[in-house]
Amino acid sequence: MAQSTIKVEIKRQSSPGAAAVTEKFEIPYRPGMNITSLLGEIALNPVDVAGKATTPVTYDSNCLEEICGSCAMLINGKARMACSALVDKLEQPITLAPLSKFPVVRDLAVDRSVLFENLKKVKAWVPIDGTYDLGPGPKQAPQIQEQRYPLSNCISCTICMEVCPQFNDATGFVGAATIAQTKLFNMDPSGSVLKEERLRALAGDGGIQECGFAQNCVQACPKQLPLTEAISDMGRDVFVQQVKDLFAR
Amino acid sequence: MAATPRIIVVGGGLAGLSAVIKIAEAGGKVDLFSIVPVKRSHSVCAQGGINAAKNLKGEGDDVLKHFDDTIYGGDFLANQTPVKQMTAQGPAIIDLLDRMGVPFNRTPEGLLDFRRFGGTLYHRTAFAGATTGQQLLYALDEQVRRFEAEGKVTKYEGWEFLSAVLDSKGVCRGISAMDLRSMELRTFPADAIIVCTGGNGAIFGKSTNSVVCTGSAQSALYQQGAYYANGEFIQVHPTAIPGEDKLRLMSESARGEGGRVWVPKDKNDKRNPKSIPEGDRWYFLEEWYPKYGNLVPRDVATRAIFKVVYEHGMGIDGQPMVYLDLTHIDRETLNRKLEGILEIYEKFVGDDPRDTPMKIFPGMHYTMGGLWVDFNQQTNIPGVFAAGEADYSIHGANRLGANSLLSCIYGGFVAGPEAMKYAKSLPAPEGDGGHVAELKRQQEFNKLLLNNPGTENPFKIWRELGETMTKHATIIRYNAGLDEADAKIVELLERYRNVNLSDKSQWANTSFAFTRQLWNMLQLGRVIVQGARLRDESRGAHYKPDFPDRNDEKFLKTTKASFKDEAPAFELEEVDIQYIKPRPRRYDATA
Repeated sequence: MAQSTIKVEIKRQSSPGAAAVTEKFEIPYRPGMNITSLLGEIALNPVDVAGKATTPVTYDSNCLEEICGSCAMLINGKARMACSALVDKLEQPITLAPLSKFPVVRDLAVDRSVLFENLKKVKAWVPIDGTYDLGPGPKQAPQIQEQRYPLSNCISCTICMEVCPQFNDATGFVGAATIAQTKLFNMDPSGSVLKEERLRALAGDGGIQECGFAQNCVQACPKQLPLTEAISDMGRDVFVQQVKDLFAR
Repeated sequence: MAATPRIIVVGGGLAGLSAVIKIAEAGGKVDLFSIVPVKRSHSVCAQGGINAAKNLKGEGDDVLKHFDDTIYGGDFLANQTPVKQMTAQGPAIIDLLDRMGVPFNRTPEGLLDFRRFGGTLYHRTAFAGATTGQQLLYALDEQVRRFEAEGKVTKYEGWEFLSAVLDSKGVCRGISAMDLRSMELRTFPADAIIVCTGGNGAIFGKSTNSVVCTGSAQSALYQQGAYYANGEFIQVHPTAIPGEDKLRLMSESARGEGGRVWVPKDKNDKRNPKSIPEGDRWYFLEEWYPKYGNLVPRDVATRAIFKVVYEHGMGIDGQPMVYLDLTHIDRETLNRKLEGILEIYEKFVGDDPRDTPMKIFPGMHYTMGGLWVDFNQQTNIPGVFAAGEADYSIHGANRLGANSLLSCIYGGFVAGPEAMKYAKSLPAPEGDGGHVAELKRQQEFNKLLLNNPGTENPFKIWRELGETMTKHATIIRYNAGLDEADAKIVELLERYRNVNLSDKSQWANTSFAFTRQLWNMLQLGRVIVQGARLRDESRGAHYKPDFPDRNDEKFLKTTKASFKDEAPAFELEEVDIQYIKPRPRRYDATA
């Protein structure tokens, strides 16, 4: 049955300190709409369901094809990317809310810079000597590439952190994304030179030990990263490193 | 002057990050400005790969063949010196990316694998699945994060560049920018700036570009006196997925790996495409271009699809689309080499392209034109450099697939050191270098917007801009249509003066930031349509049925637009053709 309008309820907050309110909208239906195009419709005509003028909704977005990682939000209560959430597949009224574990900037936009800080802590890079021409890198078996590539597909959307019961202020857990990046760089032939430092950064409070194996991360990841496998591999490596460090003292 | 030059890089895609890395490595201080966290820049969308003549397939490829393919592919409009340098540096750039840990696909021996791409007969494209741009951007992002952790780079993510700060002599002394959260306006001092702000797809409404690709920064600089070159050269990618909100790219690598484009021979054929036998399919690219087949350059493929659909009336069941078919390739190969793009199709269309042919149509994709730069990537404003899609220098009248990632990194690698060199010999400014005046100019623009009592919705103006640009200034161009488009933009600029912001708040006000960009989009739109109007020939992506041939005598020239009396003024500049003599560009020849 062709629907003429789409019902949407959006949790909005004008600034970090402001109280949250829910605004209801009815948007003209067109086939093939996604959540970001729906938010674009509101910007074109920012009027709520009662006819009251409001403001365009603030949210993060960029590529609109689920590769930049910007537009994560709670859609019908579930953490997912707004661009790939198709209206035709969602129950109505569609509810939109900001991710709950990150500070709200405004409306659906949140501050996720904690992930980028975590990536610094685990030195998620290959420490190359310089960018001058030093010839080809080391040979690498296709099997290694095939294990590294899926980990390198992480779009930093932070959905794995949002859905993790352990990711909260009490534990200070780094979250699955950072652990997966640790594995990625430890597997790189040159990147592995920092392996021990990375493993030590994942040891202790807020480190890998905080994982409670709820496995929400691997189910929610929009890019299907093998997160639980990475966590279990790094958990083992961190343990081995801790034992080594203990006996080296 | 300063012992440690201070450079501002605007834009954190591949070009910007490349420049940052070179400056930090050379001991400079960098402030990196980006609207989005740099890891979310549009480079992330590049799919198919990056070109370099590594000749690892025993085909006898070399950098001069890459040079020739690029110049020929660009229909001889590119200056040859920078293209020659870029293609020469290609193999070393690939090696560097490999050393940075980019998970390039490998051969069984563990060497880099290469695939074919459009406009060449060689396997010259290194790739990481079908998400090469993402992997390259991440590798550079990681290196920059390392420099950031060492205190050599300061990131200003969530700040939007508004303008250059120019001193009394017109020399750049910094930038003005707006914090997209607090909406605070500020100027930042710099000895040189490098603008790496990418493409301008938003001017066309729907394109394959990301939301931030508005061309706003380039346009602001053009309005401050920078030349904008070859603006009329817009690449329409032959294979995009038509969408409600944007056109999603379906990478050329799909054809590089053997994908075939076809339509049913019977325009009323309603059968499931899989059940249409070979004999009832028209593989028009293979028929018309037997040597290159499905891998003709993008402008050629795009016009062919357009012709089949609109002149022959042969779409898919009456719809303006054609099939891009991968179903003859085994699933394991498809997953290993193309998974990223197949997932995009699956998620947004709902069909599995491993089982059923994809429905695609051309979509606005890339601007070959951009800020005019010299061979050191410097614009005509002293101290303003540019690199990547934001500059015009490499691709001439048409870009070859997988050359954009290379040109971004090459451009950044030139601009970074050149900006350092420039900054070291820069004399101190007189007075404050123009900072106070520029800040005031920006504050007044904001005040005007916020206090405007008009009735125009900026998003409606944008939609109309996109419609007129797509209709008149993409695949096929007529002078009457281009005149109509220019008149329409003049009307929209007029209506802009009555724009009314429904949100006047001063916190994370995205529609306010957008409305500022919209002004710049409108101004740049005029550069594109007027440039196209003046070029009465067909060359690369610029095609006029009324002038179907290339006219080297009159138009083997760079178009340079400058902002005079609130409108673009044009002049032509000779093209550097010292290495390869222009010859007719024919991909249908079998020889």
